[in-house]
Amino acid sequence: MDLSELLEIAEQERQSQKALQIRCCVAAGCLSSNALAVKTGLEQAVTEAGLTDTVQVSGVGCMRLCCQGPLVQIDTSAELEHSEILYEKVAPDQVSAIVATLQSQTPANTPTTLQQGDLTQPFFTQQRTIVLENSGKIDPERIEAYIAAEGYQALYHTLYEMKPTDVINAITHSGLRGRGGGGYPTGLKWATVAKATAERKYVICNADEGDPGAFMDRSVLESDPHRVLEGMAIAAYAIGSTQGYIYVRAEYPLAISRLQIAIRQAQRLKLLGSQVFDSPFDFRIDIRIGAGAYVCGEETALMASIEGKRGVPSPRPPYPAERGLWGFPTLINNVETFANIAPIIRHGADWFASIGTEKSKGTKVFALAGKIRNTGLIEVPMGTSLRQIVEEMGGGVPDGGSAKAVQTGGPSGGCIPASAFDTPVDYESLTQLGSMMGSGGMIVMDQTTSMVDVAHYFMEFCRDESCGKCIPCRVGTMQLHQLLTKIREGQATDVDMELLKELCDMVKHTSLCGLGQSAPNPVLSTLRHFEDEYRTLIDKP
Amino acid sequence: MTTRQQIRSTKGVSLKHPSGDKRFQILDATMKRHQYQQDALIEILHKAQELFGYLENDLLLYVAHSLKLPPSRVYGVATFYHLFSLAPKGIHRCVVCTGTACYVKGAAALLAAVEQSAQIHAGETTADNQLSLSIARCLGACGIAPAVVFDGTVCGHQTPELVGDRLKEYLGKEQ
Repeated sequence: MDLSELLEIAEQERQSQKALQIRCCVAAGCLSSNALAVKTGLEQAVTEAGLTDTVQVSGVGCMRLCCQGPLVQIDTSAELEHSEILYEKVAPDQVSAIVATLQSQTPANTPTTLQQGDLTQPFFTQQRTIVLENSGKIDPERIEAYIAAEGYQALYHTLYEMKPTDVINAITHSGLRGRGGGGYPTGLKWATVAKATAERKYVICNADEGDPGAFMDRSVLESDPHRVLEGMAIAAYAIGSTQGYIYVRAEYPLAISRLQIAIRQAQRLKLLGSQVFDSPFDFRIDIRIGAGAYVCGEETALMASIEGKRGVPSPRPPYPAERGLWGFPTLINNVETFANIAPIIRHGADWFASIGTEKSKGTKVFALAGKIRNTGLIEVPMGTSLRQIVEEMGGGVPDGGSAKAVQTGGPSGGCIPASAFDTPVDYESLTQLGSMMGSGGMIVMDQTTSMVDVAHYFMEFCRDESCGKCIPCRVGTMQLHQLLTKIREGQATDVDMELLKELCDMVKHTSLCGLGQSAPNPVLSTLRHFEDEYRTLIDKP
Repeated sequence: MTTRQQIRSTKGVSLKHPSGDKRFQILDATMKRHQYQQDALIEILHKAQELFGYLENDLLLYVAHSLKLPPSRVYGVATFYHLFSLAPKGIHRCVVCTGTACYVKGAAALLAAVEQSAQIHAGETTADNQLSLSIARCLGACGIAPAVVFDGTVCGHQTPELVGDRLKEYLGKEQ
């Protein structure tokens, strides 16, 4: 495989594109609303109507507006005037109606049963897609589709035209920061691992998306798996590694199967394996499947799990960059971080650095869910305000309610009150508000949600998920949970409130890993912004 | 002779399970594919559970001996991860997602409805072995919250009524 062969595959794929594309979302959200039957129905209907020469039905990744699934999008190619139509909540018995609209070529006469989506609504127009640029457009199970979308060109470019230090400099210069939640500068992490001298080095992709309410990584893996593989391969070249692992949670069977397909396809075309692009660079990727432990999202616990052990964290330092998997220097990045790498190489670090705020560059994918009209995935430039996300893109709270708070960062994050919705979303601003960027779950809560209940819910989560290695986390989360139960039942006194605050402080500062250190965050942030809700439960006569 | 002794006595020769159960041959093949590497323990336990439905002590011992790991290590891993089950499961499975998005949209009411109609708590199996109920932390199906998984199929936008109807199908069979 060389560049001309790669470009030829891309050209062939573009040539074989038919004038009319019917794209049917086959990501997990739509699949559970019967999207597969819709897709097969459409294929059949197109064949029966004799339109196979001009119409192509394909299964694609997430189209982002998950609440309206199954989604079907019809695109006419650029020869005619480019137009796109989106159909929502398509049922298998509506496929003939869709094909009929193609034949009469008057999409305006849509039968009333078909629900047409508005592609000009802010939910779509205010997005800026980098990570999700191919999501909902290409077939995730065909490597040709990814290659046609300029895939693997960045890898070729790095292998033949860049030195490892150039790659690291580019990533550092782009200002990319870890998308898993911590926000550690990616370039700096790569440079540290690259500097380490060892017989072997490893690259790990953390796809153990455990935060409840977050499904960005699942969507990226299901919609565009090759993007992650390419990002990992570029990272491996930069740090000098030949073996990579993707640690995926077992709850995502579809993501696992699409990754397996993608790895096989890439190996067949010699884009992974030995002598990638006929260069001296070798890189293998293996999948490791989790077994349902939230703590395995923590990097040292994740490595223990890859080694086949109980997923308990170990103290840092030594950091994985010095001593990681089996004691060798290891680079761990999140799915979304790796998904950003190829575009940075393709378009240049300056291009990436021009998006976002001063300290947080690029875009961030959020999973918008909860009490909001448009639930689904959004990708926005860093620095977009929460108000814009919730009220304009999300369409506000349904049934005339009003948003009370937004929960970000999962069990490690906190609740941001509606009064702070004008805050730009970046790493620093969210931390200042007592929450955190987290991996990108964003759950909207309305007036009916009790904040004490939310704190109680997250504490129950942390109590159950504590691995039990260190006492502050194991016992502290249990005690905190008991205190919150007491408060919720209206049996607590001021003494309990003091104890709650004191215990939060203790657990935060003495726990071993991120799980325990951040477990009190939901309590602290609700105490900070919604203390009146606690007070009404305590001052009850 | 217990299974353990039988396994011991055959150590060093070819390690075959004395029961002659075909499923052990598949498990052996999986372990061989992983070159009996100890770090593949989790993958092998996944396969074992897929074949046998749950991980009983005999099976864990068999894996321990095959991979030359202390039984305590295998037992420790099997009990650490939520997805491994050491007790048999019912014929039907119902998993209620209690992720944040589902929680905000009323997952607690769904769980209460299931617990009431099946008369079991999360993590338990009905006495007639028809239904196992469990909770999931997040299925990543937040766009269609609240979600419930019936026998491996994710169903979105659930209500206590919808869940109740489904359970009647499962539980009504033997009545």
